[in-house]
Amino acid sequence: MSTQTPSNNKGSSLWNDAWFRLRQNKLSMAGLVVIVIMILLCFVGRWLVPHDPRHQQLDQKFESSSAEHWLGMDQLGRDLFVRILDGGQISLLVAILATILTVTVGVIYGGIAGYVGGRTHAVMMRIVDGLLAMPFLIIVILFRELISAQLGNAEEWFVQTLGWKIEMVRRISNLIPLILAIAAFGWLTMGRIVCSSAAAVTKLEFIEAARSLGLSHRRILFRHILPNIMGPVIIYATLTIPTFILYEATLSFIGLGIEPPNASWGTLIKEGANYLETRPSLLLFPAAFFSVTLFAFNFLGDGLRDALDPKSSKD
Amino acid sequence: MIALVTRRTLQTLIVVFLLVTFTFIAIRLIPGNPLESDKATSSEVMKRMAEPFGFNRPYVTQYLLYWKNLLFKGDLGLSTTLLGRSVSEIISTSFPVSLMLGLTSLIIGVFVGIPLGVIAAMNKNGWIDYLSMVLAMAGICVPAFVLGPVLQLTVARQFDSISAAGWSRPGDLILPAITLSVGVAAYLARLSRGGMLDILSQDFIRTAHAKGLPLKTIIFKHALKPSLLPAITYLGPAFAAIITGSFVVEIIFQVPGMGQHFVNAVISKDPFLLQGLVLFYGLIMGGANLIVDIVIAFLNPRLRETA
Repeated sequence: MSTQTPSNNKGSSLWNDAWFRLRQNKLSMAGLVVIVIMILLCFVGRWLVPHDPRHQQLDQKFESSSAEHWLGMDQLGRDLFVRILDGGQISLLVAILATILTVTVGVIYGGIAGYVGGRTHAVMMRIVDGLLAMPFLIIVILFRELISAQLGNAEEWFVQTLGWKIEMVRRISNLIPLILAIAAFGWLTMGRIVCSSAAAVTKLEFIEAARSLGLSHRRILFRHILPNIMGPVIIYATLTIPTFILYEATLSFIGLGIEPPNASWGTLIKEGANYLETRPSLLLFPAAFFSVTLFAFNFLGDGLRDALDPKSSKD
Repeated sequence: MIALVTRRTLQTLIVVFLLVTFTFIAIRLIPGNPLESDKATSSEVMKRMAEPFGFNRPYVTQYLLYWKNLLFKGDLGLSTTLLGRSVSEIISTSFPVSLMLGLTSLIIGVFVGIPLGVIAAMNKNGWIDYLSMVLAMAGICVPAFVLGPVLQLTVARQFDSISAAGWSRPGDLILPAITLSVGVAAYLARLSRGGMLDILSQDFIRTAHAKGLPLKTIIFKHALKPSLLPAITYLGPAFAAIITGSFVVEIIFQVPGMGQHFVNAVISKDPFLLQGLVLFYGLIMGGANLIVDIVIAFLNPRLRETA
């Protein structure tokens, strides 16, 4: 447990220890490196490739790898490499933004439930249990439709009301309904984890001490409870990202996730599956990028679990 | 035990009631008429088409009518997309297919995953451990929609008795069941490895070692039962989700199970079908969780008191 004195000079030893332990774990460090490389590739490298992911050269369709087109061309004569990087941008954006929302909602909801305790805790967790009994992806599909219908065209709003014409804003605004729908039901497990950690911390003596000192609830929650539950939150957030990448890809695979002209890894895999016999690489290359990223996040998450919570070896 | 069953049943019923209510509201908030087709239809015809479904009445009446028909007649209503078919009939024809496929995959998953995890834990940090955990991670990171097509192209090509898609002969079961079981086996391997490591580090296992018991006895007589708790907790919801149909696997292998109806009901905004499916899913989920609670109470006597 960290001490109560705010330590600005050297950083708390808990985090230093955790970082030290994480560095010992080769698989997790490899995961971290792969994640950094993947993010750089998709968000920086994508613009360095001199091809347009939507530019079709029908006379070159199904062409195999060359110096010009590293991973070959797809069924419509588009450069596969740049399509994969562009798709990765979408997959990562959806997963990371949805995870940020998930963490925010989960921490607030679970934190309050765990800290207040008693009947409030019971009722709030019953609600979570109830929502968890739903068929997740089906509800996400339903909710996405609902949000798109209510929200109208978010892109137009960004351009007209705020005057933003940045490419990234345009891109994200198309993804908003999907991100919101995933986050709307994806926070439940996070809420549960935060709740049980917060309830455990609340029982400790230093919280009692803080209470008897007359600190406000808000101060206790934010200054004393929150920092002490960051471990599970970070671990679970790291494991949530690959889960959301998978959800988005699953939805895109059945044609209910990312809509054209946008394409994510799931969309590419779906298209590739149709041409598996003629050109297996159209499935295998996007699938490789996809699975490697999932591997990396999961290994990092596992390593973080061992580093931040050395006592637990449980999954 | 009776108290546990009654309380859990009651909870499940409340949850299912809320789920159906939520679905009822949500699907009606989405713009678009479930009966709409590509052909231009006059509003008069539309009205007459909506009559058997009760869509012309106010929402509150529709809602009350739904519960009345369900509770007193056991009637789940009619599908708006699969015209002429009742929701109960759709569920009763597609559920056995999903159940068959789901149970097969679960059995494969349990018999591959749990031994893999236990063996890994017994050889902690050995090469068997690393190999099985990398395999388990691969099972989680290579999704069904990659594995499925690859199996179709490779395995189904080699053997005549194994089909790439369809649902008419025994060979049709093999590939979808394998595809579906990989994820289950992977999670079970990780969970049972973690559970086993947890138990092996406890005092009573050290005592057993000190008594000079052989490793086999320690593992099978003392450690195995409590180490399976995390895996069993996972199996409950997984069981419910898997036997009600995995739509990805059903789409890839063209299996006429329940999963595809879920997706189609949402896409075509088929209110009664979706409500019926959600109701059915909720009941199965509640039942599975109840069974898990009972099994856990049986495996862990300490929980029996509080349950």
